[in-house]
Order: sequence, then C-alpha cells, then structure tokens
Amino acid sequence: MAQVALSSLAADPASAGLSLSLAGVKKSFGAVPVLQGFHLEVPASQFVAVVGRSGGGKSTLMRLIAGLEQPSGGRLTIGGQPVNGLHPDLRLLFQEARLVPWQTVLDNVGIARGPDWRARAEATLADVGLAGRGQEWPSVLSGGQKQRVALARALVGRPGVLLLDEPFGALDALTRLEMHRLLEGLWRERRFTTILITHDVAEAVALADRVIVLKNGETALDITIDIERPRRELADPRAVDLQRQILEAV
Amino acid sequence: MAWSAVVSEAREEAVRPSRIRPLLASFAPWIVPLVLLLLWEAAARFGLVTARLMPAPSTVALAGWKALLDGTLVHHTLISTQRALVGLVIGGGLGFLLGLLNGLWKPAETLLDSTLQMLRNIPHLALIPLVILWFGIDETAKIFLVAIGVFFPLYINTFHGVRTVDPQVIEMARVYGLDRAALIRRIILPGALPSILVGLRYSLGLMWLTLIVAETISANAGIGYMTMNAREFFMTDVVLLGIILYALLGKLADLATRLLERRLLRWHPAYQANHGDRN
Repeated sequence: MAQVALSSLAADPASAGLSLSLAGVKKSFGAVPVLQGFHLEVPASQFVAVVGRSGGGKSTLMRLIAGLEQPSGGRLTIGGQPVNGLHPDLRLLFQEARLVPWQTVLDNVGIARGPDWRARAEATLADVGLAGRGQEWPSVLSGGQKQRVALARALVGRPGVLLLDEPFGALDALTRLEMHRLLEGLWRERRFTTILITHDVAEAVALADRVIVLKNGETALDITIDIERPRRELADPRAVDLQRQILEAV
Repeated sequence: MAWSAVVSEAREEAVRPSRIRPLLASFAPWIVPLVLLLLWEAAARFGLVTARLMPAPSTVALAGWKALLDGTLVHHTLISTQRALVGLVIGGGLGFLLGLLNGLWKPAETLLDSTLQMLRNIPHLALIPLVILWFGIDETAKIFLVAIGVFFPLYINTFHGVRTVDPQVIEMARVYGLDRAALIRRIILPGALPSILVGLRYSLGLMWLTLIVAETISANAGIGYMTMNAREFFMTDVVLLGIILYALLGKLADLATRLLERRLLRWHPAYQANHGDRN
C-alpha cells in the first residue's frame, strides 16, 4: 500500500504550491465592514493558519479567497495572476464533509471529473488511508472517514492552494490528531500552499509555518512557528509559549 | 469431530429461526384480510347477508374465473390500464417538467407558480361536466381527467424536491467546477428524486381514482364499464370483481414504485437493502 501511496504522490511540477496575495482587500455586508483594506502575502507552499474569534472575519476571508464572495475593493492574486471568482487550482475543504450522498465514495472524490479521473481518485483515496473503499456509500462512513474522503476530493486535482475552513472542528480529539498527521504528511510531500482557518490555537501551532491572528478584520499578530517537523502533539515548551502569545492577541 | 458437529448444529439452530421469522413477518399483514374473507364467506353461506346484494367471495372468484376464460377480464383491464398510463405519462410528465422548470428557474416560478397553486385547489373531478362539454364522452375526456389528476402531485413534489436539495452540497459542486448541466444531472435531479417518487406514488393513487370515476360516468369498455354494465343486470358478483380489480391494480402500482424507490434510492440509509438484517 505504501508503494501505491508513494507512486501517486510522486513529485510533478503541477503539484507545486502557488503564491497567494491579498492587497487592500475590502468586504462589507450592507453597511457593516468586515475587512477594511486587508493585506496578506503567502509565498508558495507555505502553511498558514488564520486564528480568530468567531465574527472576526475569518470565514469572510476564506470565502473571498475561494471566490465564493466578491471583494468590495482591493486585489487578490494567485500564482501572480489576478483572480476574479472561482479558481481551478484552488480547492476548499469545508467545515462539513459535504459529500454527495447519492454518489459512491469514488464518484465523490472524482466529482470534478477530468481525464483518467477514476484511477486518480482511487490513488488519492489510498493516500488518505481509504484504499478500496471507493464503492461504498457516504452514509456508511464515520465522521472522520467522511472528512478523509473530502480531503481526497480536494487533493485529487493536485491544487496549488488548499483552503481549510475549520475542517476538523466536529471530529473527536483522537480522530482530529489522526487528521492532523495525515494533512501534515500530505502537505510535506505535495507542498500545496495551505490556508487553515481555525479557532483552535493548539491546532494552528501544531500544523502551520505561520500563524495570523485576525481581529476585527485586521491582522493582530503575524508569527512564524519555527518548530521542526514532523511535530509531536505533546507539550513542547516552545509550542506552549507560542500558544500563549497567540491567545493574548486573539 | 464431535465438538465441531455440536458447533455446526448450534449454528443451524441459530440460523433456523431467523429464516422463519421473516417468512412469518411477510405473512402477518395477510392474516386480517384472510380472516375477514372467511367471515364474509360464512356470512353469505349462512344467509346472514343477502346473497344478491353481497355474494360470497367464492361466487366473486367464480365470476372472475369465468370472465378470465371468456377474455372480457383481460380486455377491460387492458383498456383501463392503457387509459391510466397514457394519462399518467401526459399529466405526470408535464407536472415533472414544470416542477423542474419552476424549481430551477426563478422567473418561471414567479410567472407560473401562483396560477398553478390556484388551479390545484379546484377538485379535478369537479371539471367532469365541463370535460364532457368539451370532449364529449370519448377517450380524450377520460385521459384528460387522469392527466389533470396526476399532474399536481408530481408538479408539487418535483418543485419541492428541487428546491430542498442541500444548498451546501450545491455550493460544493460549484466550487469543484461543475457546470450547470452537470449540476442538474448529477446533483439536483438525484437529490430531488426521493421527493419526486413520493409525488409519483400520490399520482398513481389519484390515477386509479380518477379513472374509476371517469369510466363509471361513460364508457363502452374498461373495468368501470364492466361494473356499471353488471349493475344494470344486477350481477353483484361482477361489480365486486371490478372493485377488487381496482384494488389489485392500485396495489400493483404501489408495489412498482416501492421497487423503483429501492432501486433508485440505494444510497439512502432508509432504503439500504438488509439494513435491518445486518445483526
């Protein structure tokens, strides 16, 4: 199985990450401004976590980058190209798995179709630890397995940018740790640029290269996590210190 | 050796009741109808009811057998079924298409839905005098009535089904680049299917109901004609035979939709085969 996983993960140029840049991005809903001139530069293949209280603009930021909302002002570029709307090299993992219940696991992973999609979907399912489960219905899967299928669906097209909107919030603690290891492993091999939206400070420190605290639509803290990988989810004194700093800024 | 024999025996013992229980369970719904049938037979035999008004089930069965032998049973049943199905395809097809159109396209809903809701509140059988004036008493009148009867359940349930497909799944499909055609074919239609099939079941019930009324008013063939004709000659057994035929055809239509549901909604936890048998 490891052989299969490795071969499907073999480096190819298309799987490299894309840089992401937000310049003076504004968004308001009616008269309520959520983001007022937001700036963010993410180099290719960086893993960024965005932390903040609910209502602090995290979800709006995510939906803007994903192209689900149009900014009221400012510029968004991916891989140096200005973006307007949905971007084919960007994939999104939602808070809920959002699998299509009337399609098999394999059809769900290959929802975007494209050439050779069956073989690619099978291989990606193996990468997330669900080899051979392609013919099952989503309804028989556990919450963690559903989120794995959703991750496979996001990664099957080898996106340059992966957005994660609190994707592990609904999972139990053990499953969440498993998903952290899985995501970190896949990211280290594929190097897609990753933006993780979360309210879990420990999760942010455990996974990201860089943590940004979003407060009232502005960056309250921008901090680099300089802990070698793979990271242990134990109480590393450096991690504890970083978590305290972040919590103070939130 | 002996030990394994004991084990296999024990296993057989464990298997046997679970084989018999489903058989018993599938027989259970028939107990009450069978008892009623026996009571009815006894009441007719012992003169508790007037045989002329309520002939015994055996007499009805005999009438059915005779009608089967001389071909009238098949003839009338085929004609009725044909009317029912033509009406279903026309009315149900239109209901499905309009439900789809209004569910998918807001301007169409704005334009059409309130009119359709207004028409829906007219009992379609109240149109009979008008239908006779328009079409006379030929086939068109009967098919028209059936088509109107089956139209609304399919229209409403298709519309409702399309509108209640999980918006989160639709958003996901958009993010993953599905175009409008793929979205309708792979997400919206299958998502609306449980509701559409509920509409179909309602429609099938109304289909037979409407046909019975339409055939009773005027026809020169069909089950309704057969029973009305028998009434004139006081052949109560044939009248009862017609009623039983309608019941059987209705049951058959219901069975067909259930099979369709089980086949098309395999993904749905509520329809998954051996869902309850697993333990």
